[in-house]
Amino acid sequence: MTIPLDRRGFLQKTGILTGVLAVGSPLALLAPSRTWAVDLTSLSSAEGATLLAAARTIAPHDKLEDAAYAYVIRALDSAAAKDEMLRKQLQEGVASLGARFAGAPESSRVEALRKVESTAFFQNLRVQTLQVLYSTPLAYAYFGYEGEAFSKGGYLQRGFNDLRWLPEVPEADSGPVPGA
Amino acid sequence: MTCAGYPKFLKPIAAPCRELELARIEQTDDGAVVIIGSGAGGGTLAHELTRRGIKVVLLEAGKRQSLASFSQNPGEAFGQLTWLDPRTQSGTWDPVKTSPTLPVWIAKTVGGTTVHWTGATPRIRPWEFRTRSTYGNVPGASLIDWPVDYEEMKSFYQLAERRMLVTRRNGNPGLPASNNFKVMYAGAKKIGYKKVHTGYMAINTRPADGRGFCIQQGFCVQGCKTGAKWSTLYTEIPRAEATGNLDLRTQCMATRIEHGPDGKVTGVVYRDSAGQELRQRARIVCVAGNSIETPRLLLLSESAKFPHGLANNSGQVGRNYCHHINGFIWATFDKPVEFWRGTVLAGLVEDETVNEPKRGFFGGYHFELIALDLPTLPLVGMPYGWGRDFASFIDDYRNMAGLFINGEDLPQPTNRITLDEKVKDANGLPIAHVHVDEHANDTAMRQHARVQGKKMYESIGAKRVVLSPTTPATHNMCTARMSARPEDGVANAHGQTHDIPNLFISDGSAFSSPGSANPTLTIVALALRQAEYISKQMTARAL
Repeated sequence: MTIPLDRRGFLQKTGILTGVLAVGSPLALLAPSRTWAVDLTSLSSAEGATLLAAARTIAPHDKLEDAAYAYVIRALDSAAAKDEMLRKQLQEGVASLGARFAGAPESSRVEALRKVESTAFFQNLRVQTLQVLYSTPLAYAYFGYEGEAFSKGGYLQRGFNDLRWLPEVPEADSGPVPGA
Repeated sequence: MTCAGYPKFLKPIAAPCRELELARIEQTDDGAVVIIGSGAGGGTLAHELTRRGIKVVLLEAGKRQSLASFSQNPGEAFGQLTWLDPRTQSGTWDPVKTSPTLPVWIAKTVGGTTVHWTGATPRIRPWEFRTRSTYGNVPGASLIDWPVDYEEMKSFYQLAERRMLVTRRNGNPGLPASNNFKVMYAGAKKIGYKKVHTGYMAINTRPADGRGFCIQQGFCVQGCKTGAKWSTLYTEIPRAEATGNLDLRTQCMATRIEHGPDGKVTGVVYRDSAGQELRQRARIVCVAGNSIETPRLLLLSESAKFPHGLANNSGQVGRNYCHHINGFIWATFDKPVEFWRGTVLAGLVEDETVNEPKRGFFGGYHFELIALDLPTLPLVGMPYGWGRDFASFIDDYRNMAGLFINGEDLPQPTNRITLDEKVKDANGLPIAHVHVDEHANDTAMRQHARVQGKKMYESIGAKRVVLSPTTPATHNMCTARMSARPEDGVANAHGQTHDIPNLFISDGSAFSSPGSANPTLTIVALALRQAEYISKQMTARAL
């Protein structure tokens, strides 16, 4: 007896990344549960876990939760789903880091990445990590970055000049604050 | 332009929202001026000519955005506005390593780089118009004096500053000091600098001239959503349209300038958004595609009569490429700065903008205030980094202050734009190749600026100071320069090419040397001057 393979279903879900939102995570208020899962369509669970560990090693912010780094892996996974060359590059790159990479201590992970620093795999992973990670709402909240302000009328009435630990600038070298 | 989606609470400040009767100029009409590029040079020139009753076809490679369509997502805005067509590069400057596919960061959109710029409008200094006479014969440098001097440029600077409503000029007040500026100011004063203020900025402090005012929101380079910052997109271009003499064609990429047997140019070949090849006849052609695409187009237009490209009998087209000595200096403190709040570049130190060779180099530089949004900082502000050291610096993002070095680099004949015959664009044409080797004078100036910048921040207790490599250039100049003698450059004092009287250079390519000032104000001043010249020549039937 042959079981028909559901190719579409197979493509839709190859691996999965899971985690738990940190207590006080900006997402916790919005989420029905603190546990989360990201379905991967072109990478396996093990590949996803290795890439997540690599992203954490490239941009290590200890108190920034895994969910932020999961955005990076999701972006890589969906790009790889549309680009066979990229999928191959990621899979070969992950293989070159070894099966124990994700669980290894940070010093070993740094050493492993240093060895591949000049490869297209690493350079792409570095740029993708920085590009995606620091654009996430989780990173904005973590670093205290307030982002766009146009929808709130700018920072004119919201602290653009509220620094008080240095002297004020004399009027001649500054200018009038509109509405003040 | 349509104003759908524009927030109602800012109603009075938007650019005109009415429907206009736009001119439609026949492709076979050989009476019009064709301008290529709608930025500071092309956009201003288009307005100046059309308001004098001259018909203009304005070709723009990019799409038209509006205050409403500007994105407030930095990554999305980058994609919306940036010229991302491929370019290759070589040489010893940093972008070869740090930004291999993007040697320059300029815009491809209606309004050109005036949509992306930060609004800083210092003037080029009097001696900077005479670098060859002032600095002497510097080995390796191809210095020339400008064929126009500061005294003559002064009246056009004043005109441009009135047009753009520059702060601290013509009785306009300065922009108010932001948190980031307070840090810069304290440090600069501490080490003895005298001329420190919130800058000469083409950014409104109050609603005026159909433009809004600055609400201190940051996001200047993503397109200013209040229109406080001057841009040809919502000043010169709609006004040119209102004259009924402008035919603006967006997503139209010029690929070749044609000439007749007498050597005068006769029209421009271009591709529209569908990739269809079209041909617009012209009485005069003005090239304002920024200093990479302008020389590229001249080189692409080679013919039997002009085998080295148009207006290139001197061999100077594409040479002497200048981009300014640049770099970020970031400092972190114990206390918050929140430097993303406020006008991005409203801060200036003028004390180093002098020529004092005893510092170890010719020419001068500015310190300018700068901040980068969180997504852009790690990619553009401190490229190349990863790991603990890198991340620990970003951990201090809230406590960070920043400034930007902007100094005069020296022209060199071998720093140049050429055609890369190995790489073709979507139209099958060779792309531009950028080659830059740093001159010893450039290196010495940057080193001086880094030491001074670090001193500024450390004098007021910075925990850590981080210096960036040279960033992809947003200031691009001198690749089709004006020169008194035809053998030294491409154009005369009016930007009219030495070889072809009805072909003009109308952007920063025409600069004879880069000076240490952000280039937009000078590009606008030159365009105002050129428009006067062209219209007089047309009236006199000399063109």
